Amino acid sequence: MFSPDIQKQIDHVLSRYPIRRNALLPILHLAQKDNEGYLTQEVINEVAALCEVTPTHVEGVITFYTMFKLKKPGKYHVQVCTCVPCCLVGGTELLEHTEERLGIHAGYTTDDGVFSIEEMECIGACSYAPAVIVNEDYHEQVTPEKMDQLIEQLRTQA
Amino acid sequence: MLEETLVLFRNIRNPNYDKSLKGYLASGGHKALKQALGMKPDEIVQVVKDSGLRGRGGAGFPTGMKWSFMAKGTGKPSYLVCNADESEPGTCKDRELMLKDPQQFLEGMMIGCFAIGCNHGYIYVRGEYWPSIKSLNAAIDELYEAGILGDNVYGSGFKLDLTVHTGAGAYICGEESALLDSLEGKRGHPRVKPPFPAVSGFNGCPTTVNNVETLACLPYILTEGPEAFKAHGPENNAGTHLVSLSGHVNRPGVYEISMHASIREIIYDLGGGIRGGKALKGVIPGGSSSPVIRADEIDVNYSFDGLSKIGSMMGSSAMMVFDEDTDVVQLLHRITRFYNHESCGQCTPCREGTHWARQILRDFLSGNGSDRKLKRLHRVGQNMSGTTVCALGDAAAFPIMSFVSKFPEEFKNYFESTSPIAA
Repeated sequence: MFSPDIQKQIDHVLSRYPIRRNALLPILHLAQKDNEGYLTQEVINEVAALCEVTPTHVEGVITFYTMFKLKKPGKYHVQVCTCVPCCLVGGTELLEHTEERLGIHAGYTTDDGVFSIEEMECIGACSYAPAVIVNEDYHEQVTPEKMDQLIEQLRTQA
Repeated sequence: MLEETLVLFRNIRNPNYDKSLKGYLASGGHKALKQALGMKPDEIVQVVKDSGLRGRGGAGFPTGMKWSFMAKGTGKPSYLVCNADESEPGTCKDRELMLKDPQQFLEGMMIGCFAIGCNHGYIYVRGEYWPSIKSLNAAIDELYEAGILGDNVYGSGFKLDLTVHTGAGAYICGEESALLDSLEGKRGHPRVKPPFPAVSGFNGCPTTVNNVETLACLPYILTEGPEAFKAHGPENNAGTHLVSLSGHVNRPGVYEISMHASIREIIYDLGGGIRGGKALKGVIPGGSSSPVIRADEIDVNYSFDGLSKIGSMMGSSAMMVFDEDTDVVQLLHRITRFYNHESCGQCTPCREGTHWARQILRDFLSGNGSDRKLKRLHRVGQNMSGTTVCALGDAAAFPIMSFVSKFPEEFKNYFESTSPIAA
């Protein structure tokens, strides 16, 4: 069962497409948001029923796209871009710095569940490199010092 | 001294611009839309053909001609899908348009929908672009509230709905047929063509896929006329375009230039030259898939034809600049890693080729390069070119072949001086 607010948004999304399957990606985003940022078998089954496809089809879709998670991410999912423009101006070093600072490698979550790190392919902020996304917000021209400040700020919010 | 030519950015560069519908209308917005609604769809297609507008997503295909391919009288609905999946490394121009002046782009989208007879347009935005998605949704809500979108656009009887569709992190979904599969709720696998989307696209209906910047050009073309648009570039390269400048320049950013400008002017005048006063080594001129060019080749027009003359391409006009200290083998490894990660896995040459190229480059970086491996790398690139359903195979092969042929000595240095075997 989805929360009432998410259910309302799902109903709206479904009304925007000629067939229910078309709404699969936007609905998966909403379902993921509703379930602490990841998808469980139960959620998958529910989304499959909503979109009138098999759970296997949904699993195939989830594993194709990098933004759908089968593992719970941290409360703050720190996504560091290391693709070409970012790596030219220190994106790789920024990722290493973040890993050291949080004591985890990319792809993992801290023990307290507050932070997780993901190494990203191009996130489309190339002229403002190196760039980082935390949950849904972009942070641009991030230096290691700025990253430290950001982490501290998020830690106090958490 | 090169300066920007402001067509698409005329509002964005105004510090007092209010990007809401009210602000956009005050700046002269929707004049073109109202004009279009008074024309016949075929007349609009002709104006766009006359303007010489070429697609800004990468291929540079003439937009008016693309529209004229739409199958008619099929009894099925027609669709205009906007490709806002901007994923080519280096490209961040559409984001500027969606974030800072969404109404201008949406006006273009509405004109496009009317021209091809589409009553429900979809905007496929890459999933990571949350700020752009929010900005577009807010702008669309305003259009509905003002009664512009809906059953009767400006009293013309034309019914139009617009929906923002969220992608989920797959580079391949920028390829138009993969984008349509993804929009249908499937894995984003490119389709075998023909049939082209204009015959069988979204849910099997006639569909046109256009880039954000392409559609954003339409209001200007309609109000100022095709000749005014053409005047911003050399023959066959009409209009201004947005350059995403990144890498080792003093002032990276997104700039709007006429196609008369040269690469040198863009780097040194707009970009303020190379950081730290260093020398330029090379430029990747049109997104990571375009063939690299060396520092001595930058005195050409930054246009579709200017770049194809020197064996490269303008692609999505993302210019990545690198200085003399850059290790090109490492750079190529990073590019190849990207294509390896993003290959959809459908065609063997691309799925296997990107993997092998990455392995060989990793060997170079760990000191195990050799002349034989360099030749093998080139051969892997050759085997990927033109052998796959979509252009990702070529996109991965272009940088490999061009880096090896433009900077052969750098690859040789790796096994002639640093390798334990060579030592």
